[in-house]
Amino acid sequence: MVHVSATPVLALRGVSKRFGAVQALTDVELEVHAGEVVALVGDNGAGKSTLVKTIAGVHPIDEGVIEWDGRPVQINKPHDAQDLGIATVYQDLALCDNIDVVGNLFLGRELRKWGVLDEVEMERRSQELLRTLSIRIPSVRIPIASLSGGQRQTVAIARSMLGEPKLVILDEPTAALGVEQTAQVLDLVERLRERGHAVILISHNMADVKAVADKVAVLRLGRNNGVFEVKSTSQEEIISAITGATDNAVTRRAARTNGEVSQ
Amino acid sequence: MSIDKTSATAQDEPVVENPEAAAAAVTAVDPRLLIREHGLAGYIGEFRRKMKAGELGSIPVVIGLIVICVVFQSLNSAFLSAENLSNITITMVGTGMISVGIVFVLLLGEIDLSVGSVSGAASAIAAVLAVNQGWPEWAAVLFAIASGAAIGAAHGFFFAVLGAPAFAVTLAGLLFWLGFMLQTLGENGTINLDSDGLIGKLTTYYFTDIAAAYGLAAVVVGVFFLTSFLSNRRREAVGIPSRPLSDTVLRTVLLAVISFAAAFMYNQYKGLPLATVIFLVFLVATDFLLRRTAYGRKVFALGGSVEASRRAGINVTAVRISVFAVSGGFAAMGGLFLASKIASANQSAGTGDLLMNAIAAAVIGGTSLFGGRGRTWNALLGVMVIVSIQYGLQLESIAEPVKYMITAGVLLTTVVIDSVTRRTQKTAGRA
Repeated sequence: MVHVSATPVLALRGVSKRFGAVQALTDVELEVHAGEVVALVGDNGAGKSTLVKTIAGVHPIDEGVIEWDGRPVQINKPHDAQDLGIATVYQDLALCDNIDVVGNLFLGRELRKWGVLDEVEMERRSQELLRTLSIRIPSVRIPIASLSGGQRQTVAIARSMLGEPKLVILDEPTAALGVEQTAQVLDLVERLRERGHAVILISHNMADVKAVADKVAVLRLGRNNGVFEVKSTSQEEIISAITGATDNAVTRRAARTNGEVSQ
Repeated sequence: MSIDKTSATAQDEPVVENPEAAAAAVTAVDPRLLIREHGLAGYIGEFRRKMKAGELGSIPVVIGLIVICVVFQSLNSAFLSAENLSNITITMVGTGMISVGIVFVLLLGEIDLSVGSVSGAASAIAAVLAVNQGWPEWAAVLFAIASGAAIGAAHGFFFAVLGAPAFAVTLAGLLFWLGFMLQTLGENGTINLDSDGLIGKLTTYYFTDIAAAYGLAAVVVGVFFLTSFLSNRRREAVGIPSRPLSDTVLRTVLLAVISFAAAFMYNQYKGLPLATVIFLVFLVATDFLLRRTAYGRKVFALGGSVEASRRAGINVTAVRISVFAVSGGFAAMGGLFLASKIASANQSAGTGDLLMNAIAAAVIGGTSLFGGRGRTWNALLGVMVIVSIQYGLQLESIAEPVKYMITAGVLLTTVVIDSVTRRTQKTAGRA
């Protein structure tokens, strides 16, 4: 099912980033292949968001190399990342509530015909896009405000797919979503992988990570703290990597409850 | 992947023909959210749904207009006379033009308090250039409108680039341009315009030929039907939901009734007024700009979410400045129409209740104060309400104080309706 190519789409080699006195990232390594979902996990302040922002071009890196398809590249501004084929879906949705689904999908890159919006073509392409991603929405002509949180998140992700990116970065796509809506988004992530996109998924939710990710890259205090194959790694191992100790609040709690229930 | 795709299309195929049934079968969505597609019966359902969801649109203002007509007509049978109605539609153009600019600003969720003063300043500029400096009137008019746009752009600069609140910047503008106008008019305080000149003709010229009014009505109806029909044909051709023909015909008939009734009314009096034609042209043009071009989409996007717009690559600063320039430009045009009505530029131009009426007209017509919702046609409906009330009260020779209070009541009512519908929309998940 998953075909992983030899050359990673994106590779970070020894990436470091400082903000004044704060060393946000130190010697971070990361590889993402086409058709692969890499979960990026770590505690609050571990540097996940900073790492994503360096890839998305919001914060240029200080040291290290970013390789794209095996070639070293410079990503200094968001436009550079977009040109390479990197799409980022941020946690707070970048959608306009008062505009309909079609308008939001094409916001900032409207199709025009003699200078006039080509609504017909945009609507047709929107339906086509939503159909290939199996996204179900009552109508593409209702304002975003009418959609549920999960539907909005799928629209936001679909929007990033319009540019046919090679790499999609999802920043906490299931935070604040209900059970059913989370499932919709996770389904969509799997479909992105099937279509051969490389996906970086930032998540706090271990269940989500176990459900869709192929690999888990753990960041701790701005450094790599292990890359795990999801299939052959237990949740406890990942959590110890995140917290930096085998003895932590999560394992202690697990031990306590296991003792009581006597598994 | 391929299996997944075929199963998806197999389920999606019926959606085009029968979206309600198909979508209801596969997803658990609120049926009220589905777009109706079953001719007349679906219409009523859609209407009910919109009422429940608080999407009143222009309905309150249309009801308001009918109430106004009934009340004033019963008080004085001259109210619905061709002469009175014709005069109302000419008088409303000045305030209406200013209000069109206000709609643009309101769509951003901002406010422009300077439009009254800017309109006065523009009329003073045009008068001084045309009368005192001896410029040809057309050049004076163009220069005045350009000045208005430049003034608006300056306000926009302080707001968009320097980050000062638009409310405060334009409040300063209100005072500054009032002073500028008084300074420009000089000691006399009044400059009389040539009533046979271009500015004078703006509100006094009529196309007296009966064919003009009917011809315009026919053109409007014809163009509307053709564009709707062709657009629906194109939608059908690529297989996306389109309006049934009955729908298009119904809308066209409605428009035809209104257009030809108006044309008939104008021909009962002096003919088709030039002012009305100019106003309609600008309404059509701005509506097209806002709803059919990428620029308009950007304005709406900014009214919805500034951050989302920025991330979509929209030049937020440029759009903001341009919107204030549009507002200033329309204020200047409104000022010229108001000056034309009294055939002079004087010290009271742009003062008094003009600013409030212009803003009230936009809001009464259905433009949201909260940004992102509205159309320039709202300005037409709103200003009709305000000017109709003024004329009605004048016929009854009710004094100025009462006029203010009644207009205030109308404005308050509409703001309350706007706020309440917005709340209803929130509970219905539509805002």
